[in-house]
Amino acid sequence: MKQQVLFLWLADSALDSGVVAWALYDGASPKGTPVPPVDTTAEPPYNSGLEALRDGWRLFHVTPLTPPAPGAELQTSYLRHEFAFERFAETEG
Amino acid sequence: MRSSGHPLPVAHWERFGRETGDLWAVLLPVRHWTRGVWSFADAGAYDRAVTVDRSLLLSTVQMAHFAASGMLSFEGIVPGDINDVAIDELRTWGAQPFRRPTPASLTPLSQCYPAPAAIGSVLRLPAVMGIIESLVGSDPLFDHDFVHLRRPNDLIDQRLHADAILDPTMAFDIQLFYFPHAIAPGEGGTRYVPGTHLRRVNESDIARYQNVRGQRDFSGPAGTILVFHHGLWHSGRANPSSRDRVMYKVRLNPTVTQTRLWNTDDLDAVQSGPDDHIFARFDTTKVGHTLRIPEPWWEQASGRLEQRNRALLWRYLSGDDAFDVDYYLTRTENRMRLAGAFA
Repeated sequence: MKQQVLFLWLADSALDSGVVAWALYDGASPKGTPVPPVDTTAEPPYNSGLEALRDGWRLFHVTPLTPPAPGAELQTSYLRHEFAFERFAETEG
Repeated sequence: MRSSGHPLPVAHWERFGRETGDLWAVLLPVRHWTRGVWSFADAGAYDRAVTVDRSLLLSTVQMAHFAASGMLSFEGIVPGDINDVAIDELRTWGAQPFRRPTPASLTPLSQCYPAPAAIGSVLRLPAVMGIIESLVGSDPLFDHDFVHLRRPNDLIDQRLHADAILDPTMAFDIQLFYFPHAIAPGEGGTRYVPGTHLRRVNESDIARYQNVRGQRDFSGPAGTILVFHHGLWHSGRANPSSRDRVMYKVRLNPTVTQTRLWNTDDLDAVQSGPDDHIFARFDTTKVGHTLRIPEPWWEQASGRLEQRNRALLWRYLSGDDAFDVDYYLTRTENRMRLAGAFA
């Protein structure tokens, strides 16, 4: 069994909000396989985090809601609402 | 020839902004209170010698799009005969990165790549000079350049990143991405994410973002130049084609305050006031409307901060510190004055 990890960055802190960015890291892929090539025409694999749950992904990480650092309340930086999911895939050997 | 110094009048403003952690603080030294509004002390202070035909400078509408998306595209702006020579030159340079002669950082752009260098011909095209002058002044400093040569069937995608290091200054560098040959859709080029230029991130810390809604790959005709704000997220794409792919990138530093450097003939007609507010009265023909257009990757709440930060950038560019988009700056500035010393 190998772990597959799906990152979804959502539009707000609710798990059923829309996806603004995504990434997939597949531990079940053969050694030497590059990460999935970027496909700029692609749509995200799910429209929300809730859709991923319904498809069998297990949520294991949510960005906590923390107050902005004093003096930086109005700055933007990294995508704020990161959700990480996992599932396990059967592999040979 | 190496410049002996860096005579930037904005340097202390930038330092001031960094120390306060507030971008709009860089504007404070020249503000004063007149007839109930804050304005710049001397708009004439931004007059400067124009070195290219005024018609070749960018328009206010183009500058507003740059402020909003952090980039502009100029398809086929370089003529074919220059592209043909540049392809050979860049392929040679790209095969020996770090071993070819380059200008030194801080060299005025006008002294870089004298004839017969093809890349010099590109950078001295009047239309290209007009773009450069509009954004960073008539003779910016050479920062560095690089030739990106990707061999056929090179299937590795570069990870998403912003160049250099986290850079919160209001004054900005530009980067020109010159594509001397056509790039067809699917051939890979440069990926970029419009509107990310104002996010404070450090270089490849964003590499985890494999895909971002609204990302684009460049494809277009030979001789196209993309112009990026230094903060724009981007990456070099794989080259799945059967031919070399070459692109030239150069970073330029401003030496003047970047206020009203473009052709401002249309500025008064399209500039928004502080009351242009989507939840009250707003005008879709004004700059403010360009700056409120969201990106597909915007988060609900952070998107409003993006609008606020775009408005700050436009205040710097236009020299109008009463400018606002959807009242986010004006509301709090008016209230802060009420609190005075208690704020």
